[in-house]
Amino acid sequence: MATLNVLILVCLGYVVLLFGVAFAADRLAAHGGGKWLRSPLIYTLSLSIYCTAWTFYGAVGNAARSGLEFVTIYLGPTLVMVSWWWGLRKLVRIGRSQRVTSIADLISSRYGKSNTLAVCVTILAVLGGTPYIALQLQSITLSFSIFAEADPTGLYREGSSVFWVAAGLAVFAILFGTRNLDANERHHGVVTAIALESVVKLFALLAVGIFVVWGIAGGIGPMMERIDASEIGQWHVDAGRWTTFIFLSAAAFVCLPRMFQVMVVENDDESHLRTAAWAFPLYLLLMSLFVVPIAVVGLDLMPEGSNPDLFVLTIPLSQGNDWLAMLSFIGGFSSATSMVIVTAMALSTMVSNHVVMPIWLNTQEGTASVSGDVRTIVLMARRVSIAVIMAFGYFYYLLSGGGAALASIGLVAFAGISQILPALVGGLFWRGATRTGALVGLSVGFFLWIYTLLLPGMQGGIIPPSVIENGPFGWGWLRPQALFGIEGIDPMVHTVMWSLSLNTIAFCVASMLSFPSPLERLQGAQFVNVFDHSAAPRGWTGSVAQSEDLMIMTQRILGTIPAQEFFQAEARRQNGRPGRLPEPTPQFVERLERELSGSVGAATAHAMIGQIVGGASVSVEDLLAVADESAQMLEYSSQLEAKSAELSRTARQLREANAKLTQVSRQKDAFLSQVSHELRTPMTSIRAFSEIMRDTDGLSADEQTRYAAIIHDEALRLTRLLDDLLDLSVLESGQVSLNMGDATLTEVLDRAVSSALAGEGRALSVRRVRPSERIPLHTDLDRLGQVFINLISNAQKYCDAAEPALTISAHDVGGQVVIDFIDNGDGIPPEAQAMVFEKFARVGSDKAGGAGLGLAICREIMHRLGGEVAYLPGQGGAAFRVSLPLAYRQAAQ
Amino acid sequence: MTARGEGEDRPSSVRPLLFLERQSYRRRRLVDAARLLPFLGAGLLALPLLWPDETDGAEALPLSSAMFYIFACWGLLILISLVFGFAARRMAAREKAEPETEPWQR
Amino acid sequence: MSRKVLLIEDEPNITEAIRFLLTREGWQVETHAEGTDAVQVVLSARPDLVILDVMLPGKSGMDVLRELREHDEMQGLPVLMLTARGQSRDREMAEQAGVSRFMTKPFSNTEVLTAVRDLHAQASRP
Repeated sequence: MATLNVLILVCLGYVVLLFGVAFAADRLAAHGGGKWLRSPLIYTLSLSIYCTAWTFYGAVGNAARSGLEFVTIYLGPTLVMVSWWWGLRKLVRIGRSQRVTSIADLISSRYGKSNTLAVCVTILAVLGGTPYIALQLQSITLSFSIFAEADPTGLYREGSSVFWVAAGLAVFAILFGTRNLDANERHHGVVTAIALESVVKLFALLAVGIFVVWGIAGGIGPMMERIDASEIGQWHVDAGRWTTFIFLSAAAFVCLPRMFQVMVVENDDESHLRTAAWAFPLYLLLMSLFVVPIAVVGLDLMPEGSNPDLFVLTIPLSQGNDWLAMLSFIGGFSSATSMVIVTAMALSTMVSNHVVMPIWLNTQEGTASVSGDVRTIVLMARRVSIAVIMAFGYFYYLLSGGGAALASIGLVAFAGISQILPALVGGLFWRGATRTGALVGLSVGFFLWIYTLLLPGMQGGIIPPSVIENGPFGWGWLRPQALFGIEGIDPMVHTVMWSLSLNTIAFCVASMLSFPSPLERLQGAQFVNVFDHSAAPRGWTGSVAQSEDLMIMTQRILGTIPAQEFFQAEARRQNGRPGRLPEPTPQFVERLERELSGSVGAATAHAMIGQIVGGASVSVEDLLAVADESAQMLEYSSQLEAKSAELSRTARQLREANAKLTQVSRQKDAFLSQVSHELRTPMTSIRAFSEIMRDTDGLSADEQTRYAAIIHDEALRLTRLLDDLLDLSVLESGQVSLNMGDATLTEVLDRAVSSALAGEGRALSVRRVRPSERIPLHTDLDRLGQVFINLISNAQKYCDAAEPALTISAHDVGGQVVIDFIDNGDGIPPEAQAMVFEKFARVGSDKAGGAGLGLAICREIMHRLGGEVAYLPGQGGAAFRVSLPLAYRQAAQ
Repeated sequence: MTARGEGEDRPSSVRPLLFLERQSYRRRRLVDAARLLPFLGAGLLALPLLWPDETDGAEALPLSSAMFYIFACWGLLILISLVFGFAARRMAAREKAEPETEPWQR
Repeated sequence: MSRKVLLIEDEPNITEAIRFLLTREGWQVETHAEGTDAVQVVLSARPDLVILDVMLPGKSGMDVLRELREHDEMQGLPVLMLTARGQSRDREMAEQAGVSRFMTKPFSNTEVLTAVRDLHAQASRP
């Protein structure tokens, strides 16, 4: 027989293991490792803190009393999980984007950062959570006592064991829940330990179930017969309780602080919901699979009057299967500890953020507060809160005597915490929900829950029996368990029905009658339309809030895009990461103030920033109201400004377009006369010399050769001109077919330089940056070469430097290959730059043989190749830039 | 006959568009299905309330059958949710391929 | 007496052809290829006849002619103008500017010689 000592040793060993796991996971997460720590599996397993000791032990007890009714507690969450797409997904997205730290924070954030609401939710959560923690303590103590009864040494004392259990859990929660202040409130260590506990409790319950079905009953068939033959063997369920409990458990699943903690706050990745949506219901299904068999076998085997809540332990013990009983004990222990730890963490966050900190800050008014101080204060507040909450649980357990009254406390807590549901769902899906509505609804629900369920259920007669019998002041219609004279409803159903329906009605009516503040409307829009907005973290919580406050204020004053640009630039300056918000350093704040003072005036800007940065008596709400008003005024004047600016811009564009049109039309007019001139000039020479050769007698052989050569040259010039004209017209009409090929830029340039400099002409030294030219090209190489040749020979012809030199350099700029041709001459005068690419446009004295079509052809070619050629002003000499899209190059790879 | 042949000859310009539209249509119906799933679940789980009860005087349903029904419904919900989860993952992967937000917002 | 002709033309081949033709006719041929300082060159060279191209680098032949005619002693100087553009508007402009004879390129050699002879004869007649 396992002694109590062995049990305690196993317990301690198990706790040490949990410590180790939590510590290792924290270390791993801190070093950025352990991807599996953020896996959907861990997320799903952490959700199973829903299954507390109340589940582990109580489900069997419940089944032994009321048959299949226990299953409702798991069906509700299943329905919530399968509707994750439009429910939990939104909750998680909002929680992440608003950096929500708890359910109280979420509600308060939605309704314009109302701390009153946060305090209400916190009180509700603590009130509902304390008995629930007591229930866990009770279950651990009870399971100890089962072993103690069997232990001959009999050293066990119930009171002290509860105390040590409570103290141990508090230490664990403090150690891992409040080690550091993370802006996102994530605790990888605790979550991993909880995931491990989830595996343990599932394994334990399955082991007991398998033992019962195959070890005792002898298989599935006999088990089914045994079930049908048992006292709960017939389908019997109260319709009201069935539907109410499904609904209630669904509501509580979303509203419970500990569930919110693991589901939303600890969530690392929204996509984990996808896995949890089926894996968590599966977990619940497995947890409840063997509940009925265990209950039936327990009813059969165990003596009359034994506690069915402990069948999970007592059946293996009675069969002499000590190791299984031990495993089962560890399973129950796991369920209880994980629930208590997470609840304590979640509640302490709420208490410290919404109760302790506001009070502390109020008392500190007037003194300069250092942010470092605040962090230690917050941590201290949380640690003390955890200890206090655990103490509450402990004393509640002692005072209530640990009797059967605790058994129903799970559902009572569910009903209490569900009062948040209307405000939560309304806040998520209805923009018209207001703070007043939420407050009124919560208060109504909260009051009804206390009046109809909590107080009548309490032993010791806080409500005199006469009130329960006849109602307060003898008003029968106000009887706590039969409101409005409707009797005979199950007390639980009665409470849930009345409290939630009146809560919802009060919430809706008060919302419709009240008017929300600007901040509330802003938050309402952000919550309801969270999927339309970005997933960028925003919010006013914690120490990181300053930048966000500044950002939101700046957006309202400067407009969204300029504000974002400003913050982005600042973020880049600070850490090179434009995706994040910048830290509110003094330099940044100063710059921001300057920026804002341009819009609202220096004094106002200073005051506004002072309010946010310097901690303040004026609320953010007031600031936003001011910002709203000034933004409206600014908008009006800037609209006027924008209009006049647009008008003058349009006028300028029109003027420019007109000037260009006139110029182009003049050029088109001149085109024919240009062509005529270009054709007639060489023809003049040809005609003149051919007549000379024909008519003149006695020309010397030298003269004849010379004149024939002139005729020949001029004929060639004519041909070239006609070729160019033809080339241009083909290019312009778009009928050109490209002959694509692959080569490096170096090769194309080599060829172009040698053929451009091959003929006679002035010496031109070409400087190249060869390493930059190793760019593979996929393009029409001949055409590209033609462009290069043209640019090089232009430099050769027109560069007016004493020692003409051309620099060719290639770069990779913004997805384009850019090749610059820069010579050391005087360049092209600005007034001519716009026209150099036009046909027959020639700059200065061009008699060097060109017809003025070269650059026009270049432009057309580059257009066909998907790039462009442009004049690059301000480079000293004449500078042309050829750019080709990089896509041509990638296509080749 | 010829017209049809021509249509099949140039799938590159026509098909992808059709394909995408069908995809987004499927996507929307999938989301509809996900919305309806909890209602299906609620309906299935409300059904046992109509079963004969011992209080009705009629022969009550054996608990084993009731268990079988409820766990089967449960399993069905899990299965549909699993299928939708995988479909949603493919959807998300496709959406990620089409950038839609500004860099700042990311 | 040596007759002197000043040829202002920027196409070297055309210059050479005309120089060849007129030299054989007994003319002393001076050439110039710029529009900018063409007026000064005419004033200092004091030719008996000027052959002027319209499209000159720096300054158009029309402008050169107009400026030339502003000088009293240049009123009677025969100026033969050559153009490759050959638009009727050019001819009108040239006549307004005070051209003596206007010819379109490409010209026949005999045309040029005839025109030079006629102009010279008219100018030398008292």
